[in-house]
Amino acid sequence: MIDRLFGDLTRAGLAALAAFVLLLLVLPGFATGYILSVTTIILYLAFVGQAWNLMLGFAGLLSIGHALFMGIGAYASAYLFARHGLPPIVGLIVGGGLAVAVGAAISALAFRFAIGGVYFALLTIAFAEFTRIMVDHARFLGGTEGLFLPVSAESRQGFDLFHLRGRPEMFYYVIMLLCLGAHALCRWLLTSRAGYYWRAVRDNPQAAEALGVNIFRYRMYAVMVSSGMAATAGVFYAFFYNNLFPEQIFSVERSIEMTLAPIVGGVGTLFGPIFGAFVLTPLGEVLTWAIEWLQHEEIIGKQVKVDGVKLLFWGIAVAAIVLLQPRGLWPWACKRLGLIRAPEDREEGR
Amino acid sequence: MDTVTLLNVLVAGLLTGCVYGLSALGLSVIFGVIRIVNFAHGEILVVGMFMALVLFRWIGLDPLLSIPVVAAVLFAFGYLLQASVIQRVAHLPEHMQFLLLAAIAIAMVSGCLIVFGPDAQNVQLDYALDSFAVGGLIIDKTRAYAAVAAVALAAALLAFFRFSGTGRAIRACADNYLGAQVVGLNVSRLYAFTFGIGSACIGAAGCIILLLVDVHPYLAPGYTLLAFVVVIIGGMGSLFGALLGGILIGVAEALAAEMIQPSLKSAFSFALLILVLLFRPQGLLGKAGR
Repeated sequence: MIDRLFGDLTRAGLAALAAFVLLLLVLPGFATGYILSVTTIILYLAFVGQAWNLMLGFAGLLSIGHALFMGIGAYASAYLFARHGLPPIVGLIVGGGLAVAVGAAISALAFRFAIGGVYFALLTIAFAEFTRIMVDHARFLGGTEGLFLPVSAESRQGFDLFHLRGRPEMFYYVIMLLCLGAHALCRWLLTSRAGYYWRAVRDNPQAAEALGVNIFRYRMYAVMVSSGMAATAGVFYAFFYNNLFPEQIFSVERSIEMTLAPIVGGVGTLFGPIFGAFVLTPLGEVLTWAIEWLQHEEIIGKQVKVDGVKLLFWGIAVAAIVLLQPRGLWPWACKRLGLIRAPEDREEGR
Repeated sequence: MDTVTLLNVLVAGLLTGCVYGLSALGLSVIFGVIRIVNFAHGEILVVGMFMALVLFRWIGLDPLLSIPVVAAVLFAFGYLLQASVIQRVAHLPEHMQFLLLAAIAIAMVSGCLIVFGPDAQNVQLDYALDSFAVGGLIIDKTRAYAAVAAVALAAALLAFFRFSGTGRAIRACADNYLGAQVVGLNVSRLYAFTFGIGSACIGAAGCIILLLVDVHPYLAPGYTLLAFVVVIIGGMGSLFGALLGGILIGVAEALAAEMIQPSLKSAFSFALLILVLLFRPQGLLGKAGR
């Protein structure tokens, strides 16, 4: 079992993975509140990134509207909790189920009519935007005024896992477990029948179909698993941030944000989303510091918007990564550090 | 709703639709030839709008008269972008191209944000509130001028592709990449030229849209999506299709805004887009076979 799941790692790679997990486990013991919240966001981005990566990296389906599935999970759980007092587990079942059903419906419609590539990507944006406008007008979901989850000062101190109300450490451990769980799930899926079928369909749909793979069904499975994971991330998002606005949740920017970590880390790799998130989020934080320092030293004017400068550099950095390391940073780092065994014939671990 | 109101709404939608069509032409030209989905479309448009705004504030140039300047600058921008950056990702999978253009788009929006700030700004024209009265119809002067300019430019672009040597060479590249190389066309230069033409077209549309809409950096993603909707409905790569799609969306949005609720109007364009993608993914005038 261990060999089946982790056979792609070298001894050094296994040691690095163990050290990484251990570090994550003990981090709240010594980290400041700031480091903890940044790491929570990193892990959240790694988790949604893994969900998105499963569709594109494993099954070859590009979605640029993944905020839709994440938003369904977020809104369903927040609505049930804020308006009916139902715990997030109910929200997860309802929201996750709804997201999987929507994912299945979209993919059934798209793949029945053999819509692929760019057209499928644009279809996902269209559904996300359509939903955004509908939620804008849905009074029972708060519309443009937003949906808020009840929070009290004492609930911020507790450790109520059942209602997901508690200290930042609790949220950190929840998303850490989700992230590691997603990683394990993807490892298991890749070594399962579905995983092999997905890669066959991704690399050569015609050949896969000729060999008897039902490409319609397996593409649909990929979308369903991915949308369920994204909805789970949405439930976490709702209870972590406690406020939801359609403009933020369903926006194209949100969908793009979800794609960044896996693309920068390496599409189709298991560690790419985690690695990408650990590179990109700190990069953004460092940029913010740097700009504030430059303003403090009066090298650049105070009136210059921090957000604007940060995003400008950020855009340039992402463009540079695409141009210089198009296969992602993780395969490059692995090659340098020798963490993965013979990547040519063990591509699932790349 | 009585007939005159309905006609007024239809005409206003039709005129706005012509401008949408011109903007979408820029996207369609680039996709049709280079096969790149230009995710920075709205951003180029907003940069065009800001350039026209600066020219207006600086020397009082009417946005319609600033079209040649803005188009020339954006032509150079598009040419260099294709020749120096986008050409390098031509062999990469679609999602990498998408990410590169999305990153360029983010950098452009933030550049506008740094220079111009987040507030909406507009040009004050002396004919802004005038209108033509034709029978019972009341047509805003700005909207009429905008539509006339858009149609004229679109016609010029279509003529360029139909009759000029360079235009025909570009169409040859789009139809048969290998064949174009075999007969000795400089395909990479023509691609850069095409991206330049597309950008110039988007910039011209930006100048025209400035007559109708206040400009701020966050307009950009909305215009990118709008152009996608228009182009897909009309048919990717079909130039007439882009114009037709623009007019359809303009009219549909105007009708939805009048009859249902203004804030729901884009929901109708997206619903229309979903229907077209599902039942005629090549678009109304697109060629079958993807």
